[in-house]
Amino acid sequence: MRDTRKLQQTAREIRKSILIATTEAGSGHPGGSLSSVEILTALYFDIMRVDPDNPRWDGRDRFVLSKGHAAPVLYATLAERGFFSKDLLLTLRRLGSPLQGHPDMNRTPGVDASTGSLGQGLSFACGLALGARLDGKGWRVYAVVGDGESEEGQIWEAAMFAAHYGLSNLTVFHDWNGLQIDGPCELVMNPYPLDAKWSAFGWNVLVIDGHDFGQVFEAADKARACTDKPTVIIARTVKGKGVSFMENQAQWHGKAASKEQLVEALAGIEKGGVSGGA
Amino acid sequence: MKATRQAYGETLVELGRENPDVVVLDADLSASTMTRMFGKAFPDRFFNVGIAEQNLMSVAGGLAAAGKTVFASTFAIFATGRAFDQVRVSIAHNRLDVKIAATHSGLTVGEDGASHQALEDIALMRVLPNMTVVVPADATEAAQAVRAAAAQPGPFYIRLGRPPVPMLFGPEYRFVLGRATVLRQGTGVVVFATGHMVAVALEAAGILWGEGISAGVVNVSTIKPLDVETIVAAAKRCGAAVTVEEHSIIGGLGSAVAEALCENFPVPLVRVGVRDVFGESGKPAELLKAYGLSADGVVNACREVTKRK
Repeated sequence: MRDTRKLQQTAREIRKSILIATTEAGSGHPGGSLSSVEILTALYFDIMRVDPDNPRWDGRDRFVLSKGHAAPVLYATLAERGFFSKDLLLTLRRLGSPLQGHPDMNRTPGVDASTGSLGQGLSFACGLALGARLDGKGWRVYAVVGDGESEEGQIWEAAMFAAHYGLSNLTVFHDWNGLQIDGPCELVMNPYPLDAKWSAFGWNVLVIDGHDFGQVFEAADKARACTDKPTVIIARTVKGKGVSFMENQAQWHGKAASKEQLVEALAGIEKGGVSGGA
Repeated sequence: MKATRQAYGETLVELGRENPDVVVLDADLSASTMTRMFGKAFPDRFFNVGIAEQNLMSVAGGLAAAGKTVFASTFAIFATGRAFDQVRVSIAHNRLDVKIAATHSGLTVGEDGASHQALEDIALMRVLPNMTVVVPADATEAAQAVRAAAAQPGPFYIRLGRPPVPMLFGPEYRFVLGRATVLRQGTGVVVFATGHMVAVALEAAGILWGEGISAGVVNVSTIKPLDVETIVAAAKRCGAAVTVEEHSIIGGLGSAVAEALCENFPVPLVRVGVRDVFGESGKPAELLKAYGLSADGVVNACREVTKRK
């Protein structure tokens, strides 16, 4: 049995780290980081085989944050998991820091793919998955793609590729938080419906509440059981999840909280303002 | 006569036999890029991504991150223009072991015209950190350059051509990565040439010697890292220089040589290449002549530049 209460506490710590790091940096992307917290927590604290003491262990599962601007959630999760000290989070986006504005596989322990230019991460994940299969290796590849990101044509080039070559060792979380920089996705450039698109491209499609650990685990188990096609887990999420004044507000896509707002946000998270699932 | 792309296809098959980690990707042009030869020999290690060059480059990066030596092929303009950001972010920035072997570069694509004639690709790849840029002059050099790229980890851009071109080098020739080769010593003017234009430069030098102008020829097959030492030494010896390339005079060999000479030993210089215009349809030989990329064009440039000494 998984201890979801413990994971919920971990997720709260990761949320706090995201907010502290971005406020300390004075910039960054809290909104889309907060929407992916349960997904990354479930991956790094349960689903994925990783070794924080040996970040480049060949047998590890790989993770690609295709929506690279959500770097704060990746760094906060890696720090929480013990890949590096949480103190390092305070150097986010500073000159000389290993924690770049967008993920850099050559600078940060635990980062498997450099991303930031949207649409490329999923293709990169396809290459990793194909490489694992060529060598008969059992490690799996997980990727998180944004819903706004799926306006990039390259996402659908990669979707075609993964299905064509039956990359069943690839699992994608499509973070359906509904917002992009300029506003609601359906108003900026409607990428929906997501499930019908992925189905038409030949993927195994699952739709879940992306903040419910039980649903995340159940979907990941189903993805592992599917051996003939890649799986996409469309995760309904809330942008800015866990911070009352950030939730569902596009303006918090790429803006850090002020010091005063941070105090309010941290207090809200401490009070258990996050549902974190059933 | 043999096309550099033909040598590429043959060498890939040899590499596939020697190294099980060599994987080849193509974007629906495998008959033209000659990667089909590898695909037939090693179907388990050949992947067609379809007409999707962005995906081609990022998948190549992922495969390299999984430990593979990846050759990714398509036409030069699609590899470098259409997928520039993917080459930059998914490959070059990460220093991943991807060899972009692009065919159908330059005007000699011929009848397909401007959309398919890459005249900017050297500039686009040369500007990227971590990228090594190689432009073989003939099939012998192409085969050896492909081998050199496979042997050295990291991103490469290998510029290959469509038409059969004269064999300049015999089997005894040894390509050395990063080394420009003096093919003909001169004292009056030196012609720095790359790719298909090396043969043209040699022809031009022959004509100039007949006129009493001592013209040297240097094959600059590695554009990056540039062999500044050899280039400066030749400029010192001759006191005047011409560059010739099947590429825009902006950003390619001409620019690279101008940068090196201006910083080290400025001499009068004329750049022969496509003069900031797009190409058009025509037969390869007709196009080269029309755009001044013929022996006559190089001879005229040499006469002009020696007057400025």
